[in-house]
Amino acid sequence: MSTSTIKDFRNGVKPNWCPGCGDFSVQAAIQRGAANLNLSPEDLAVISGIGCSGRISGYIRSYGLHGIHGRALPIAQGVKMGNRDLTVVAAGGDGDGFAIGIGHTIHAMRRNMDITYIVMDNQIYGLTKGQTSPRSEDGFITSSTPEGSIEKALSPMEMAITSGASFVAQCFSADIKELTATIEAGIQHKGFSIINVYSPCVTYNKVNTYDWFKENLTKLSDIDGYDASNHEMAMNTLMKHNSLVTGIVYQEEKPSYQELVKGYAEQPLAHMNLDLQPELFRELVNEFI
Amino acid sequence: MLTYMILTVTVLKGADFMKTDLSWKVGGQQGEGIESTGEIFSKTLNRLGFYLYGYRHFSSRIKGGHTNNKIRVSTEKVQAVADNLDILLAFDQETIDLNYHELHEKGVIIADTKFKPVKPEDSKAELYPVPFTDIASDLGTSLMKNMVAIGATCAVMNLEVEDFSVVIEEIFNRKGGDMVQKNMKAIQEGYMYMQKSLGEKASTLYLAKAENTHKRMFLIGNDAIALGALTAGVRFMPAYPITPASDIMEYLIKKLPRVGGTVIQTEDEIAAVTMAIGSNYAGARSFTASSGPGLSLMMEAIGLSGMTETPLVVVDTQRGGPSTGLPTKQEQSDLMAMIYGNHGEIPKVVIAPSTADEAFYDTIEAFNIADEYQCPVILLTDLQLSLAKQTVETFDFDKVHIRRGKLITSDIEQTDEKDYFKRYEVTEDGVSPRVIPGVKGGIHHVTGVEHDEAGRPNETASNRKQQMDKRMRKLSNLTKRFPNPITVNVPTTKTDLLLIGFNATRGAIEEAVHRLREDGLNVNHLQIRLIHPFPAAAIKPYIDGADYVLVAESNATGQLANIIKMNVGHVNKIQSILKYDGDPFQPHHIYDAGKELLEHVYINN
Ligand SMILES: Cc1ncc(C[n+]2csc(CCOP(=O)(O)OP(=O)(O)O)c2C)c(N)n1
Ligand code: SF4
Ligand SMILES: [Mg+2]
Repeated sequence: MSTSTIKDFRNGVKPNWCPGCGDFSVQAAIQRGAANLNLSPEDLAVISGIGCSGRISGYIRSYGLHGIHGRALPIAQGVKMGNRDLTVVAAGGDGDGFAIGIGHTIHAMRRNMDITYIVMDNQIYGLTKGQTSPRSEDGFITSSTPEGSIEKALSPMEMAITSGASFVAQCFSADIKELTATIEAGIQHKGFSIINVYSPCVTYNKVNTYDWFKENLTKLSDIDGYDASNHEMAMNTLMKHNSLVTGIVYQEEKPSYQELVKGYAEQPLAHMNLDLQPELFRELVNEFI
Repeated sequence: MLTYMILTVTVLKGADFMKTDLSWKVGGQQGEGIESTGEIFSKTLNRLGFYLYGYRHFSSRIKGGHTNNKIRVSTEKVQAVADNLDILLAFDQETIDLNYHELHEKGVIIADTKFKPVKPEDSKAELYPVPFTDIASDLGTSLMKNMVAIGATCAVMNLEVEDFSVVIEEIFNRKGGDMVQKNMKAIQEGYMYMQKSLGEKASTLYLAKAENTHKRMFLIGNDAIALGALTAGVRFMPAYPITPASDIMEYLIKKLPRVGGTVIQTEDEIAAVTMAIGSNYAGARSFTASSGPGLSLMMEAIGLSGMTETPLVVVDTQRGGPSTGLPTKQEQSDLMAMIYGNHGEIPKVVIAPSTADEAFYDTIEAFNIADEYQCPVILLTDLQLSLAKQTVETFDFDKVHIRRGKLITSDIEQTDEKDYFKRYEVTEDGVSPRVIPGVKGGIHHVTGVEHDEAGRPNETASNRKQQMDKRMRKLSNLTKRFPNPITVNVPTTKTDLLLIGFNATRGAIEEAVHRLREDGLNVNHLQIRLIHPFPAAAIKPYIDGADYVLVAESNATGQLANIIKMNVGHVNKIQSILKYDGDPFQPHHIYDAGKELLEHVYINN
């Protein structure tokens, strides 16, 4: 069996991100993680939203679809339904997943399809040049909130756990080792995995900077006896640290959507013979006579 | 062995007046069994070889509120709600009050004595009170009151009680016990009671025998679409419930697991359409179905399908708009939105079947076109077509062919390992080979941003023009390739009046045409089936040759008429008859409008 390397996932396209943007590391971590898992580039589908972050699918050598703002998750779920043998990774920004697409995010977590969702959370709208996001902190000044944001920031981790996600993790793009390992764990997890990655926007977010995160983040692996299978511990820890933690926050073994659908073919729908059996056609027609 | 006795009186068979076309309506409170009464009645008559057309009047309430089911029975094909009514079965006074005006002087109202029915003063029809509930209660349960009502109908129409036994057995056998016998007895008793009441007047509404009794299907347009989708190879349907589209997903929820597929009820229509796009991109055949409000939400994603050249089929079952509008009523007002609704310019196909059998075959064709041209296809219906239950010839499996166009599903030899597959290769016909995820040698990028041949974002002017031209050129031969873009009923070269419609107006127009011809007028008919791209070349000669053109459509602004004017010209001779009160066209609406138009013209000349 051939082994894949990170080079197999590189396509030579130069990203149009600002130098220093956190998204570079997310791209690298996906590429390295995929290689570590020995995936073939053609068996990986990266489905991304719209935003600076959404460009990521164009920078990874694999199948990929860069769709419309906020809809990476339903497209990704459709891809998985169409071909359950593919490794499907959805990716996008905090605006993509927690503003315009938040309905899909919550329902995707409830549904628990076997896909991985990576949010590049820079707590701002990068592509549209620096407006507030649902992840912006109270008082955060942006072009759309010149007096400071007066809406409460959303807490993705708590929301994910209460929405039924079976793998909930948070990372920091500068900690590429933990990020890569977490992406690998997320892909290997049977069910929906959400990984919220603090991925600093060096151009528009002058508050939540690399230094700010280094100062404020706590690694769960540094907390003695932290048990990601313990629901209560996960919620308490998030509250205690104001959600500023990294690592796998919560993980639960349960059947994925794919495993629960009654009658769903083992074979990918994309490779099935589409012709209806004539006997079945006759039977269905007769129901209307 | 059944033990009830068949007491059908055969003496009265020799009626001198036999109806070949009869309209029957059952009405009462929603949730009261009106549906099953209509179902048993129509299923039986369909099997006897009659052609049926059933149209339900219902409201958005689940329980309570007036509902009725008007079913037309004919010895010949019918596809319109009849102008008037012969028999009204009433389970409450409201049914009488709301519907008696449709009855003609030979018509009858058969009403449950329980609610002490009153005949309105100006009613031309006769009222026959029959103790539906009392007879049923005496036999065991008042639930069988609708069987008594059916029995009473048998006496009026001279149907054999025995003819109902097969359908009754199918429904009640699984319920066990002596339910079959009890229900048959209820029909029998209703029959006898009514027979006595009618006395001398018995033979006025006798139904002629059906001539050609071979088996035909009886179904709603939505069922035809759902069965068409299944036959076309659909294995996955994401959808969000809405009237009048929900039957499509409900049918497939039951049937898809039999072929390894499934339905997902999504969180909204945006999720539904984007999941379908994702699944089609992956190589499956998927689609979604909704009505106007849902289609409005889907527009951005339909543009994504057009831009990324990902096949997509969306069914729009039009209902009364705008906003929540008239959610349970007939309208054809999404036409422009379906053609032009999305932002930007994409190749898109809009197909509008006008009967349930066309809906079946057009659904399959929609999937083939979506795959062959790699673009979105809207299958447009209206509430009347989606929900009216009609008799059609049994669908022909031999006519079903699945065509997937330039689809590549197995590994490709690669010259340069790192090269991207040219998914958007500029070709003569504009269609590029489409490879699905998982295929070795086929890696490429897909994006809604303008892109080059390998799918990489590219905003240069020359590339933009090349890719835009390539996409738009794809449909240049569609109007010629599409089977029967218009249904033509033009027997005469001289045309005083040409009637044009789309979707469910077909039956009403056909009947109006027939009557106008009986009046000695040269009246012809086109029903448009391919709405976009518009088959202008096929339509133009007929419009050129007509003195006047009357376009019948269920909307307030004459959308189809405007599309014809835009594509064919002849702005002055094209007139409209518009209906947007929520009810379907009946033949007389169109007949009257045609007559008036021509009389006006003759007077002016
Ligand atoms: C329907 C729609 N509305 C608005 C936009 C404009 N838009 C593009 S990206 C974006 C937000 C980007 O923020 P985020 O998702 O956080 O991504 P980032 O650029 O920060 O990575 C917006 C509002 C759009 N493309 N589509
Ligand atoms: S604007 Fe911000 S998010 Fe966008 S590329 Fe630049 S640094 Fe990254
Ligand atoms: Mg952002």
